[in-house]
Amino acid sequence: MKAALRRLLPAPLLTVALALLWLVLEPSFTGANVALAVLLAIVVPIVVAPLRPTPVRIRRPWTIARLVLAVGHDVVMSNIGVAVAIMRTGGRPLRPAFVSIPLAIRDPNALAALAMITTVVPGTVWCELARDASAVRLHVFDLDDEAAFVADYKSRYEGPLAEIFEGRGAHGARRAVR
Amino acid sequence: MNAAPSLVMETIVGLLVIASGILSFVGAIGLLRLPTFFQRMHPPALASTLATWAAALATIAYFSAIGSRLALYPWLIVVLAAITAPITTSLLARAALFRVRAAGGDAPPPIVTES
Repeated sequence: MKAALRRLLPAPLLTVALALLWLVLEPSFTGANVALAVLLAIVVPIVVAPLRPTPVRIRRPWTIARLVLAVGHDVVMSNIGVAVAIMRTGGRPLRPAFVSIPLAIRDPNALAALAMITTVVPGTVWCELARDASAVRLHVFDLDDEAAFVADYKSRYEGPLAEIFEGRGAHGARRAVR
Repeated sequence: MNAAPSLVMETIVGLLVIASGILSFVGAIGLLRLPTFFQRMHPPALASTLATWAAALATIAYFSAIGSRLALYPWLIVVLAAITAPITTSLLARAALFRVRAAGGDAPPPIVTES
């Protein structure tokens, strides 16, 4: 029974996301739309399952909510910061820099989320990941204090992602054995 | 259905659209003014993040005000842009690093690991 359910719904989170996406896109909430949403949400994950090499396991919904709010806040603040820096004519020059940051997370999905968060926040771009995922190199638009930036980056983004995808604190012992 | 939005709502929508336009414009100025490629990677993020958010919020507010239901679908643009825009930016950054290194230019060497 459980195995059959797993075959029918290989990625339950993707199923829920697709159904919600379809219902938000539809102009009206009718029985036919709901039926189509459910059908799509069941068929698409089965079709794309071979394209998703590592299954996504996430937990701690409150950590996810806090991380989303923190990223939203950071995006607004960095937008203002980068806009002011572009328009400023006098004052100190910009200090663009490459920064290497050692990483503790290894889950490919967590790394993908970290890359997305890094690049979506203006002022930082994810440039390259070490072959064994032990470190990342970013380009920073205007770097003030490298040590403070690295500590802030790890505690704001990497720590919550380690909890969400790997079920541990960023500096704690690894619980998921792989 | 199709009622005219109130003055307050029109003001909010107008301010959001203007903010979106200003942010996109500043991003474009940055793209023109900054001297190096790696610096120029950053300003377009203004257009794909806060400018898009403001435009989407304005759309949601306007169409929810004149329609009969909460129009949430513009927020999908924000979600999908947040997922897709970093892919091109990151790809450009990697390509630029590769080219600058191949030309012997001023770029950090690849990250060396023990394993």
